[in-house]
Amino acid sequence: MPTFEYAPAPESRSIVDIRSSYGLFINGEFVDGRSGDTRKTVNPASEEVLAEVVEAGEADVDAAVAAARHAYDQVWGRMRGADRAKYLYRIARVVQERARELAVLESIDNGKPIRESRDVDIPLVAAHFFYYAGWADKLKHAGFGENPRPIGVAGQVIPWNFPLLMLAWKIAPALAAGNTVVLKPAETTPLTALAFAEICQQAELPPGAVNIITGGGETGRLLVEHPDVDKVAFTGSTEVGRAIAKSVAGSQKRLTLELGGKAANIVFDDAAIDQAVEGIVNGIFFNQGHVCCAGSRLLVQESIAEPLLDRLKRRMALLRLGDPLDKNTDIGAINSAAQLERIRELSSAGEAEGADRWSPPCELPARGFWFAPTLFTGVSQAHRIAREEIFGPVLSVLTFRTPAEAVEKANNTPYGLSAGVWTEKGSRILAIADQLRAGVVWANTFNKFDPASPFGGYKESGYGREGGRHGLEAYLAH
Amino acid sequence: MHPPKADPQGAPPPVHPPKAQSRPSAGADSSTPAASRLAVRKTYKLFIGGAFPRSESGRSYVVSSAEGEFLANAAQASRKDVRDAVKVARGAVAAWAGATAYNRGQVLYRIAEMLEGRRAQFVDEVRVGEGLGKSAAESAVNAAIDRWVWYAGWSDKIAQVYGNANPVAGPYFNLTSPEPTGVVGVLAPQDSSLLGLVSVLAPVIVTGNTCVVLASDARPLPAITLAEVLATSDLPGGVVNLLTGQVAETAPWLAGHMDVNAIDLTGASDPGFATDLEVAAAENLKRVVRPDHSEDWTAEPGLDRMLAFLEPKTVWHPKGI
Amino acid sequence: MTVTAQTTGATTGHGAGGRQVDHSLGDVARSEAALRTFLHGLAGVDQVGADARAAVLGTRSIKTSAKEWAIDLGIRMVDLTTLEGADTPGKVRALCAKAQRPDPSDPKCPPVAAVCVYPSMVATAVRELRGSGVHVASVATAFPSGQAPMAVKLDDTRAAVAAGADEIDMVINRGAFLSGRYLEVFDEIVAVKEASGDAHLKVILETGELATYDNVRRASWLAMLAGGDFIKTSTGKVAPAATLPVTLIMLEAVRDFRAVTGRQIGVKPAGGIRTSKDAIKYLVLVNETAGEDWLDPNWFRFGASTLLNDLLMQRTKMATGRYSGPDYFTLD
Repeated sequence: MPTFEYAPAPESRSIVDIRSSYGLFINGEFVDGRSGDTRKTVNPASEEVLAEVVEAGEADVDAAVAAARHAYDQVWGRMRGADRAKYLYRIARVVQERARELAVLESIDNGKPIRESRDVDIPLVAAHFFYYAGWADKLKHAGFGENPRPIGVAGQVIPWNFPLLMLAWKIAPALAAGNTVVLKPAETTPLTALAFAEICQQAELPPGAVNIITGGGETGRLLVEHPDVDKVAFTGSTEVGRAIAKSVAGSQKRLTLELGGKAANIVFDDAAIDQAVEGIVNGIFFNQGHVCCAGSRLLVQESIAEPLLDRLKRRMALLRLGDPLDKNTDIGAINSAAQLERIRELSSAGEAEGADRWSPPCELPARGFWFAPTLFTGVSQAHRIAREEIFGPVLSVLTFRTPAEAVEKANNTPYGLSAGVWTEKGSRILAIADQLRAGVVWANTFNKFDPASPFGGYKESGYGREGGRHGLEAYLAH
Repeated sequence: MHPPKADPQGAPPPVHPPKAQSRPSAGADSSTPAASRLAVRKTYKLFIGGAFPRSESGRSYVVSSAEGEFLANAAQASRKDVRDAVKVARGAVAAWAGATAYNRGQVLYRIAEMLEGRRAQFVDEVRVGEGLGKSAAESAVNAAIDRWVWYAGWSDKIAQVYGNANPVAGPYFNLTSPEPTGVVGVLAPQDSSLLGLVSVLAPVIVTGNTCVVLASDARPLPAITLAEVLATSDLPGGVVNLLTGQVAETAPWLAGHMDVNAIDLTGASDPGFATDLEVAAAENLKRVVRPDHSEDWTAEPGLDRMLAFLEPKTVWHPKGI
Repeated sequence: MTVTAQTTGATTGHGAGGRQVDHSLGDVARSEAALRTFLHGLAGVDQVGADARAAVLGTRSIKTSAKEWAIDLGIRMVDLTTLEGADTPGKVRALCAKAQRPDPSDPKCPPVAAVCVYPSMVATAVRELRGSGVHVASVATAFPSGQAPMAVKLDDTRAAVAAGADEIDMVINRGAFLSGRYLEVFDEIVAVKEASGDAHLKVILETGELATYDNVRRASWLAMLAGGDFIKTSTGKVAPAATLPVTLIMLEAVRDFRAVTGRQIGVKPAGGIRTSKDAIKYLVLVNETAGEDWLDPNWFRFGASTLLNDLLMQRTKMATGRYSGPDYFTLD
């Protein structure tokens, strides 16, 4: 029994109003699905059923794309940038006004701690809309030509790890540039996207500019393969990304992909060690490790490996796992039974392949999907847990002796989304950053996001960038 | 400002000619029929450090409508007011320049929201001050608010357009980033009392500078109402300081002030006067924006007015293990 | 003056081949150069990272039973302080009464840890607090600036001890520290420790003047190596005084020092801690940095004056359910 017990500090659920069922948001209204297929969405912390949503079929996808096309041709694609900007500012403001409600809803549907959805996800959502609102009437200054035009209708498919934030990353630049969108949220996390649909109504966004259709993999496939979608944007697994890239081959469709990662977090012996430990912990345990850019491989200089690991283990023991709505929770629920199974399977493989597994003592709640923060030492590059994306709170630790070896190991992966470098020596940061084959390099920090900062990967982590001036490129016609 | 049809209290102050008929409305309560209610008239003071003091000189001057009718007694700023305003503006630089671009953008967007809320008041003041018809005044005010929204969106983008990494020929990281120059003196346009004013003010502060603005001599009322908007918009005190009065008297002190980093001479309508100010400004090598009398305030601005007050800083750092 | 081996507890480690190696830290003060090499060899602190860690810990939500417990602990950790030129015996007597019985309407409210006064007021405090369990802490060494000859600073210390002080709060020589004369700072602390006799020595780093977190880390280690029993952030006479990040660095230092030497040192943030909310943030910091061994008035103190009333107000609100006001608590 600890000396200082933090009493339960639950955020109230009463601020959200979850309906028992939702329709599809097409042409500015909620409409029933045409096929009658539905799916239930569940609270991963308790396995409680939250709501029933539509499983959109071919006719629904057609209707949504048609609405987007009409809105593009008649209204949004012709609208002055300054007016598009005003709509986006309105949306940003409503997100700010409803921030607490959205944060609670996100935690309930996704399983992430309320502290994260409240302090990270939702503020970034508003910020993305604010940022891109400001570009809508300045496109000629963005460096993509004197009179850049939108592409048309964008089909966008997003993952379950940052549901509303991934929606913002997709919709904000698309609308700012003058495109209209049909977006499919992940099958396990539809609720904040549906709340966003209401926000579009509150902002009086022209009908059809944004359409939200719920469904699983098949719905996504129908959307990205739809002949009247001009631009596809996908964030998710490399496996599905590859399939999409094949499906658009030979067409005129523009495509951007933001896929998996297996980022190396490199710690040199002269790192600011306490902050490096925080960075490692943040890198892999933030959002339960459900982060494409997670620092899932710790590459620590051999000369400090032992003291670093001691500190790391001591720090991991302070992580609080439990009810996502408790304000003191650091680690929430795993998003689904399927994901939990994958994490377990890979962790077992880690042990089977000879790595040493460690977790701090951790009581897992009886119901819901949970996985204790886990550390593997004695990992080699050949182990599955060093090569495959686990997408969970599991850290694989490898060592290196020289900077060149660190870079070589960091780059030795088909992925290339992000990397971390920890050293107090500025020139080393810059030299190593130059050599890392990753789209985002975090030096002496990790998992930092900003709407002004471009994000995206090299190699099989995808192509295209989201955020910043660079993030406009994907939504402008060449 | 609504005078009563008949003044039962006796003669108005002797300085101003009495008027028996209803005056052109410039300010609150223009929709109320003149006979039913005595208006509470607004006092137009200076705006320094987030507060509204009178001029330390105690002077005021008459502001008239385009038709020559009395509108208000506005404070007449002195050189000491200029001195005080510059000091306050300097004190506000660290916090405003040090705020995140996102934060500055949020503040400016809030200002646009407050401007929108006061549209009717601005339309009145622009109409009587500039002698415009109602729809021309509305266009000007709409354009001013939209101009403000346009500039608000630049705060977190100008660095991406005007800054960049430089591919130098050696193992060096090299980055150019624009930084605000500091305290900017602004002579607001003499004629375009809101749209022109907004067009010279917004680019200065969105880039992180603070300023001392000399309002149009004859048409200062929208400027003071704008100051009221600024005071209610989370803008830190001292970022914008606004002085009404005679530009011929105050501008030389601003142009010659050694703790002002830049000056926008737009409101110096006489070319000889503008030249004198530019000479005075050269003493500490202020960055100078010269007046352009053919400027069309309705046209979309380019980047010039922001770039004029930005200093690109280039940092080198070796790259080596 | 070179002093060796002031610290206790050599630790042993394993060199190559399992040979026992003596890592006694006392050696580091054998010369100016050795001490500088040691202090400059400590790991750096990333300022942004440290600030971020302190800020996240500040978002912990401590409610209901946890809050009650924390408030009572907070009260028990207060060094109730008056350090004014205008202090008189009357003022100090009133403070001592409050220290023993902080809440006039609730005898169950615990007393504070100590009263902290200038040396000239120690005798009064000792008389008032005799038998109460509340300690008498005295500032010394030409507090707050420390700008006086060494002999004067030692006399200052001895006078306070002779008058009955249980604890001495000294200031380090910041001028010497900032100009790199680490051994001089070290030697002064050693001398003051000796002059303190049995009294417990707190070493004030004056973190606001040290400016960087790297300096705070180095000064913390220096003070512990020289024999301090507590490291303290500030005199409270200079802004900024105590902050969460600075206290975080100091808590990391005492944690690491114990791991290496086996000796536990206390931490006291002082100045600028005004509300219960602030105090609770500090307790969370202690809990999740140095650990629960430090959650005790023997190892953690708050140097404060107005904080006490806010703790009492929050304590009352938790007991009665009503927000209280200053009229219900004494102003001394």
